[in-house]
Amino acid sequence: MPDEDHVTVGKAINRKDGIAKVTGATVFGNDQNAYRQLHMKSVYTHYPHVEIESIDLSEAWKVPGVVDIIVARDIPGNPILFGRFPVLVSDRARYIGDAVAAIASESAESAEMAAAAVCIRYGKQFDVLTTVDQALAPDAPMIHHDTQGNRIDYASHHLHDGNAEAVIREAPKVIRHSYATQFVDNGYIEPEAVITEFDPNTDTVVIRGTIQNPYNIREALAKVLDRPLNQVRVIQSGIGGSFGGKDESMMFIASRAAVLSLRTGRPVKAVLTREESFMASAKRHPITSNYEAGLDENGRLLAIKSLHHMQGGAYNKQAMFANWRGSIHAAGPYAIPHVCTDIHGVHTNTIFGGAYRGFSAPQVVFGIESFIDECAEAVGMDPVRFRLLNCVKPYDRLPTGQVLDPAFMPANVADLIELVCSKTDFEKKWERNRIARTEVGSTSVVAGIGLSITFRGVGLGGEGIDTGSATVTIDADGKVRVQSGFTEMGQGLSTTLCQIAAEEFGIDSTWVTWSQNDTAENMDAGPTVASRGIVSGGNAVKDACGKLRKRIEEVLLPKWMAPEGSTLHFSDSAVYAMTPDKELLNRIGFAEAARICLKGEGISLRSLGWHSPGPQYFDHESGQGPAYPSYLFGATVAEVEVDQGTGVIVVKRITSAIELGKAINPQIVRGQFIGGAIQGMGYALMEEMDCSDGYLHTRNFDDFLMPGAMDIPPIDIIISETDVHVGPYGAKGIGELGIEMIAPAIANAHANATGKRIRELPLNLERVVLGHAL
Amino acid sequence: MMDIRCEINGRVHDLTVGASERLVDMLRDRLGLAGTKEGCGIGECGACTVLLDGTPVASCLVLAAQADGHRILTIEGLAAPDGTLHPVQQAFIDAGAIQCGFCTPAMVLCAYALLSNTLEPSEREIRTAISGTLCRCTGYVQIIEAIELAAQRMRQYSQ
Repeated sequence: MPDEDHVTVGKAINRKDGIAKVTGATVFGNDQNAYRQLHMKSVYTHYPHVEIESIDLSEAWKVPGVVDIIVARDIPGNPILFGRFPVLVSDRARYIGDAVAAIASESAESAEMAAAAVCIRYGKQFDVLTTVDQALAPDAPMIHHDTQGNRIDYASHHLHDGNAEAVIREAPKVIRHSYATQFVDNGYIEPEAVITEFDPNTDTVVIRGTIQNPYNIREALAKVLDRPLNQVRVIQSGIGGSFGGKDESMMFIASRAAVLSLRTGRPVKAVLTREESFMASAKRHPITSNYEAGLDENGRLLAIKSLHHMQGGAYNKQAMFANWRGSIHAAGPYAIPHVCTDIHGVHTNTIFGGAYRGFSAPQVVFGIESFIDECAEAVGMDPVRFRLLNCVKPYDRLPTGQVLDPAFMPANVADLIELVCSKTDFEKKWERNRIARTEVGSTSVVAGIGLSITFRGVGLGGEGIDTGSATVTIDADGKVRVQSGFTEMGQGLSTTLCQIAAEEFGIDSTWVTWSQNDTAENMDAGPTVASRGIVSGGNAVKDACGKLRKRIEEVLLPKWMAPEGSTLHFSDSAVYAMTPDKELLNRIGFAEAARICLKGEGISLRSLGWHSPGPQYFDHESGQGPAYPSYLFGATVAEVEVDQGTGVIVVKRITSAIELGKAINPQIVRGQFIGGAIQGMGYALMEEMDCSDGYLHTRNFDDFLMPGAMDIPPIDIIISETDVHVGPYGAKGIGELGIEMIAPAIANAHANATGKRIRELPLNLERVVLGHAL
Repeated sequence: MMDIRCEINGRVHDLTVGASERLVDMLRDRLGLAGTKEGCGIGECGACTVLLDGTPVASCLVLAAQADGHRILTIEGLAAPDGTLHPVQQAFIDAGAIQCGFCTPAMVLCAYALLSNTLEPSEREIRTAISGTLCRCTGYVQIIEAIELAAQRMRQYSQ
């Protein structure tokens, strides 16, 4: 008798790619080579904002081995990519990562020598705008001639609900503070790599590489190369981490290499050095946030007004989306009658912002959750009681007008707060630290504890249409192949999708295999971003499996002359035909069922699964509408020790409670959460890219410090599973929740320990000791 | 150019290497041992770690010529010839210590080097053993757990 419970879903099965990865057999970008390949090197500007008069290639051509050199005029199609990114610049460099030429040579060394031999003649040096304030100054020069005051196109978003300004004016208590975050690199250990070639048999340009979003790259390259989409094929290699980052930088090197491949007829390989990767890849952009709140005498939030500016860099293809997410999350998971949020993106002559795990949420969550602690303090409440009083509850209305219907979003954040606070004995420790800090000297080591909470919109929401694709094929031996339009880059999606297929067919997960994304094989599923692989990708797998089960049922039930209303069940690697009276009519193995369909009846057992939550009807003028189909919720406590003499903050323990719907694979969920949390800790304490004068001073991992194994505190995770109906089996995606809450929890813990508030990230030695950056 | 002789994954190799050729390039480009990764080129990330006479070294900072007369172990040499994984490799899989897999060869080799010296490492010794290798995906917790699991299994085997 079929078992109704889940067999594979919810189990910590081992990763599908585990053996390949522990034996070093996985083929990453730089592990790919092709017969007669050339090596590409880009030639970068020496100045961040400068007129280019001419580019002299004569010396570069003399370097032995050089086969081809391209400049901007050699681009066959559109030389400007989405977000104003140029493939190569010809007349003006706008940031230090702009490239003027690309060289293809017989060896990497020769390409590098030729790149150094290119002579760029510079003209006028323009003012280098490195801050939002400089770029927005009324007399600031324009980085692009046709933007509005250096604002990034379409990157201003507004969420206006009620009349926050008037309410704050009249409120019994008004609090105002500003917060700032920094440029941070994604920090993937594998630098970008690509190999491009032209296949004359199919008239197709083939691109293999460390590409997070193959369909984005395909579209970009089709325009650059002036070719239709079906003549550009993108195949993912193994990806050594991405976190949102391997997108723009891949667009640059893939487009330059592809042009060179078409011109030379030879494969072209490009691998970035770490220095190039830091310079030419997307960063988590800085956001400055100005918050104002009006509160009543009892500590209830009446209104929050906030203004945010994100520093986007010279070009930007994500601010328009990331800022929208920022606008929805900037007032936090609080029930506030009046909210006014405005967010803008600004061009500067610096490295550029793009996608990095969290996508504007880590920045605004740092702001709002620091601010909430400051509001609590101003009204004399502890941070727990203040949050419990003001946080959203089931059926509350968000400032977007969306009502938190427990069928789709449980809004159990108050429960999560109580869980983490009781587990850490928060209120007792918080009070004890507060009293203790006044009794000790200013150079001693003091303990602190801090809380932060969050909610996170699932998927793309109102950013754009969210779609997922998957092709599922059952072979004649009953083994199953899953091809997803989503990308495996370490997060474990391939394993999770195989688990879903195994569950749907009632077979062991070892019967299911998975293949890397290939735009020639799969439907465009959009980018693998926003933690949506599990919702949109998983639902697409379920959809495909459901169609195949129905197909098998339509073959077998008539064949077995099953009475009207009979059903076919899939379990224990077998199919069971059940009569309407729940009598077992017949049972055969799953492999036998597949063989009958394919070989006996000639029925196809391949199906395209598709999922879209549909367009989210959202008014982008006012910020009103159902922004996301659902939300995840979380609460985190950080416990720290602050050495006030040296400025060292040691995180002693992180405790999080998270509501994620359903954990399809608890081991993968745990890894995603911890990985995100530790990136959040690095963001909080040490990571910062210095581009303060337009030149990038943080050039490699000796300058850009990330957490190492010695820095890791114990991390307790309390997973709250809820019965929601959004993703497969209720899953909602866990990739980004972990990173958001850590920085504000640590900042709040630091304030609890020292009585001093640091409103800028990172909380490095200088800021802890001096209160400001050096 | 100079001639060197070294043992790589149990096999003796006679090679002619450039004076400035790095060990990582010799392994990857000449011998096709691409399991050794390069992440930074300056010895900071540790992805290129191999064992030189049993000790972890960053192969981007070692000249190929320096391997002359020495024994090198790369990730390709760890599993048994029949493909049976080393207990450290199996433990990494079982403990969920892998995400993107780019640092995994280095992490596994560091763990193997540690457990070759002691089967009862303290947590601090485990952390120290992998502290030269950066992992951006996992947050290290499951890697530390994997090494503890490997040590426990290897203790059982050795009894």
